[in-house]
Amino acid sequence: MIKFLNFLGRTTTTGFTKLGRGSYFLLDTLAGIGSMALRPRLVVNQIYFVGVLSFLIIVISGLFVGMVLGLQGYYILSDFGAEETLGLMVAASLVRELGPVVTALLFAGRAGSALTAEIGLMKATEQLSGMEMMAIDPIKRIITPRFLAGFIAMPLLAALFSAVGIVGGQLVGTGLLGVDDGAYWSQMQANIDFEDDIVNGVIKSLVFGFVTTWIALFEGYDTVPTSEGVSRATTRTVVNSAFSILGLDFILTALMFGDD
Amino acid sequence: MQHSNTQDTLVGLFVAAGIAGLFFLALQVSNLSTFVEEDTYTVTASFENSGGLKVKSPVSAAGVKIGQVKSISFDPKTYQSVVEMAIYSKYENLPTDTTASVFTAGLLGEQYVNLEPGGSDEYLQDGSKIEITQSAIILEKAIGQFLFKSAEEKAKK
Repeated sequence: MIKFLNFLGRTTTTGFTKLGRGSYFLLDTLAGIGSMALRPRLVVNQIYFVGVLSFLIIVISGLFVGMVLGLQGYYILSDFGAEETLGLMVAASLVRELGPVVTALLFAGRAGSALTAEIGLMKATEQLSGMEMMAIDPIKRIITPRFLAGFIAMPLLAALFSAVGIVGGQLVGTGLLGVDDGAYWSQMQANIDFEDDIVNGVIKSLVFGFVTTWIALFEGYDTVPTSEGVSRATTRTVVNSAFSILGLDFILTALMFGDD
Repeated sequence: MQHSNTQDTLVGLFVAAGIAGLFFLALQVSNLSTFVEEDTYTVTASFENSGGLKVKSPVSAAGVKIGQVKSISFDPKTYQSVVEMAIYSKYENLPTDTTASVFTAGLLGEQYVNLEPGGSDEYLQDGSKIEITQSAIILEKAIGQFLFKSAEEKAKK
């Protein structure tokens, strides 16, 4: 019994101290954003690393998700004789939910884990302490450009995912299953609202980009500087990112689409 | 710095593709392209029952969309629903004896206001009121009346 209470207390304390350290870390990172205007080169390099190299996986996943939505949607909608609304179904589910969420999950797996491993190894091989010895702030030099790059790349990737998915749904729907091409687009345009759907989707992807990059960078920075520590930190990045993305998605959806 | 140059190009391509995706979503997928409408003028109409009409529902004449519903309110004096419609200014010559009715697009489709122009020489102005209106057909009411009527006929026999 005492042991259990002991365990409970320790878990709570470590949890809260970690949250505290994470918040301080975030503040330091955000404080460095101003100096990035002087060195855009660093951010561009990182956008290449987290954005351009994630491009292919996002586009291919988007295409297949859209095509599957087209197939599944068609089978269900044709039961009700409402195949024409396929475009609306594909676009609404992609723009509102699947675009931001699946992109963020892929992003956490593809770019987040890489960021954690990179920074964790930098810490394990004492590159970060080396920088501090040379009076270079490792947060400004290493962390902030990566954070900014993740924050910029994520909404762009999510928009690409949704756009490619809608085209994929159209390929299957109108090419394979014979839904009318005009109906596919016009039903979509008539019912997808710019502010309610598109802008809210972009807001979601911004929030997810912020949170996943923050988690990835913090786990890397906070890692135990051993090879085992780095591997654990990488796992934690993916797991914690997935939890936060799905949890936040529920909260954001309840706030955005609740009062209709 | 050859490497850096190709990297720049790729980042540029990536950002351009992302922004193109956003534009695609905004213009091709959403209703933003129909947002950019010119001036409108407001006409009101009172209905016994406006049914499932919503703000932003289309207002059409002869099947063409000529405006949208701006607001719907309940008038506690006449117990009618007052519907404000924004009509595009290029369709300014609607006669004053135009009939407004609430129709449903398809069996399960959304409801819209249909305007049937009359023969008057005077035209509706900003703020004027359409006098002749026809309420939405409420499906439950119609079915109820039908059942009631057929029961009555049976009783007569």
